[in-house]
Amino acid sequence: MSAPPVRVSEGLPSRAIAFAALVVALALMAGMLLVVVVGTAHGFWPRKLVAFTLADGSELLGEPWGEEPDPQAPGNRRVRLKVGNRDLLGQDFVFVRLAEVVAEAYPQDAVVLERWEYGNFYGFPVLLKYDGREVAPGDPQFEQALTAQLAKAYRITKRFATLRARITTAPSEEELAELNTLAAHLSSCNLTLRTASGVTKEITCGEVVRLWRPNRMGLGAQTLEFIRRLWQFLFSEPREANTEGGIFPALFGTAFLVMLMTVFVVPLGVLTAVYLREYAKDNAFTRGVRMAVSTLAGVPSIVFGAFGLAFFVYQVGGAVDRLFFAANLPTPTFGTGGVLWASLTMALLTLPVVVVASEEGLSAAPPEVRDGARALGATRWETLRRVVFPYAKPGILTGVILAVARAAGEVAPLMLTGVVKLAPSLPLDGTPPFLHLERKFMHLGFHIYDVGFQSPNIEAARPMIFATTLVLLLLVVVLNLLALIFRNKARKALEGGVL
Amino acid sequence: MKGALACQDLIVGFGATEVLRGVTLSVPEQGITAVIGPSGCGKSTLLRCFNRMNDHLPGFFLRGKVWALGRDVYDPTWPVDSLRFAVGMVFQKPNPFPMSIAENVLFGPRLAGIRQREELRVILERSLRAAHLWDEVKDTLHASAFSLSGGQQQRLCIARALACQPRVLLLDEPSSALDPIATAALEETVSELASEVAVLWVTHDLQQAARVSQQVAFLYLGKLVEAGSTAEVFANPAQPLTEAYLTGKFG
Repeated sequence: MSAPPVRVSEGLPSRAIAFAALVVALALMAGMLLVVVVGTAHGFWPRKLVAFTLADGSELLGEPWGEEPDPQAPGNRRVRLKVGNRDLLGQDFVFVRLAEVVAEAYPQDAVVLERWEYGNFYGFPVLLKYDGREVAPGDPQFEQALTAQLAKAYRITKRFATLRARITTAPSEEELAELNTLAAHLSSCNLTLRTASGVTKEITCGEVVRLWRPNRMGLGAQTLEFIRRLWQFLFSEPREANTEGGIFPALFGTAFLVMLMTVFVVPLGVLTAVYLREYAKDNAFTRGVRMAVSTLAGVPSIVFGAFGLAFFVYQVGGAVDRLFFAANLPTPTFGTGGVLWASLTMALLTLPVVVVASEEGLSAAPPEVRDGARALGATRWETLRRVVFPYAKPGILTGVILAVARAAGEVAPLMLTGVVKLAPSLPLDGTPPFLHLERKFMHLGFHIYDVGFQSPNIEAARPMIFATTLVLLLLVVVLNLLALIFRNKARKALEGGVL
Repeated sequence: MKGALACQDLIVGFGATEVLRGVTLSVPEQGITAVIGPSGCGKSTLLRCFNRMNDHLPGFFLRGKVWALGRDVYDPTWPVDSLRFAVGMVFQKPNPFPMSIAENVLFGPRLAGIRQREELRVILERSLRAAHLWDEVKDTLHASAFSLSGGQQQRLCIARALACQPRVLLLDEPSSALDPIATAALEETVSELASEVAVLWVTHDLQQAARVSQQVAFLYLGKLVEAGSTAEVFANPAQPLTEAYLTGKFG
């Protein structure tokens, strides 16, 4: 007789490997979040202005944006300095070799001017002229007058812009008169500044968004400034090819697109699921439909974009134009990309998710409860609406969550169906008919791509990229949370307690 | 055919299987008629013929005649939803709807188009009282029906059926998921109702059939073996098969 076999365990330490995978996954996610948050904070925190005197005698004033090894002189370090004054110097950033710096100072009276055009101006105020008066920095009234005049100019500029946006055709006489008065006001106020290198520059007050003195700011003032900048970032219009200003139109466009898409995809997806689950017999046709739906979920998004362009934009949009907007042809109205076609394309893209989740939701209603309703004489539809639907709601909302998260993050299909880098007006505004579904729109995802990779001034735009990414992440999180709250409410209502 | 419910030469099956093989039965307009028989003999199928609940099941076929409230259930002028509304049914497992206690009871009346608050309130109280549930839930009418115990849920289902004011109640082993105390409460409730409505009660519990019913029908392998007054059948079964079942030789 031979000896009985002996079992020798050679299994991998599966628990340790699985745990390691989890750690790596978490680290990657946390790392991504950290990069975005740190990038945003780094970019938006107000910096001190440093004045460098170089070995050759020249002077530079600007915000230091980090030190790095100098690739041209090994062993040396250089500072990236944002010197602004693009209209004078041609570029916002210069590199300063630390070895060439002889003196470094933080002058108290250095100012930053945020301008509507040409980016920031860094320098020292020399003279303020307004209403025929002249005030110099030594004057006790200077500070007060400067603040008041700039605030006034800001208001007038805003008013000027609104007025001009409203006037589409020839302005009326009153409007023309007001425009002239405003323009006269704006040109009556001028601020003369001196740059670090000694050049004098006169700037009209109307060019200025804000003025501040970073070197006089304490921690409290810096924090306030930081919050103010984030606020401005969220709620103002982009300027200077999207590298400055805010992202409000993109934020609004993304939310609008997602909501419009939800309006399209939820009824369509839920009703499809209702048909498949409640009415259709289990045969080759329904199995085929189910397979097609799940295949649709795996189709690359750019394919949906191409379809949206070919079908919605050219076919449907073209037909709509021929029927209803023939007077404008050959200029297309609906026959070009727009928020309506983009949201329909996104609805198609997210349809499988909603159908599958809704089907699961519908199957959560126990058959005996359906029987109970039928036995009371309820029709199929009444049973569905009053008894099955409460059970299906959490599942349907899960589908909506997934669809919304996906739609908020997609960019590729939008690029073909109506997203633009700069939309002159929002799809929802105060001019009748208020809802402009044919308009092109801005989107956070595309904004990141545009600012990050298509921008003429990539260095200046860097903080915007991080911040836009953060906003997009937060938007997806907020939309998810909302849907989650609705879902849990529906679940709780189902499980009992007060309805 | 006379009676609240009746069938004649009823043959029912699904696909290739015949479940009922020629059943003729009449249920009186008051009192409880129990249907007994071993598992799989077709008790539930028979019960579900009277409100056409089998019709959606795959492969269903039916031959013979079925009447409810003196009318052919397949009368084309009698829509199936109206038939079901007129014939109340309570299922094996309590199946409250995902809504409040009050809305569960008012489900039927609302389907019938009753909208007036006062009328609905009267129906709600009357139905819950008849189901012996009013005192337990009168302060929590707007709580979810799922907050009730199993026995209470089953009585809620009875109240829900009663709210449609049916003249017939079909009970499909309604106490099989309940504990003995809840079962006793349910039996008492239904016994009281039986003075006004006809009750057809399917049960696999012989003691229960003996306790609650005035009439009994014994089904075996899709055939009606014996039917008659409960006292008579339990004391002196005419068929040897009935006697064997009643004495526990099979089933």
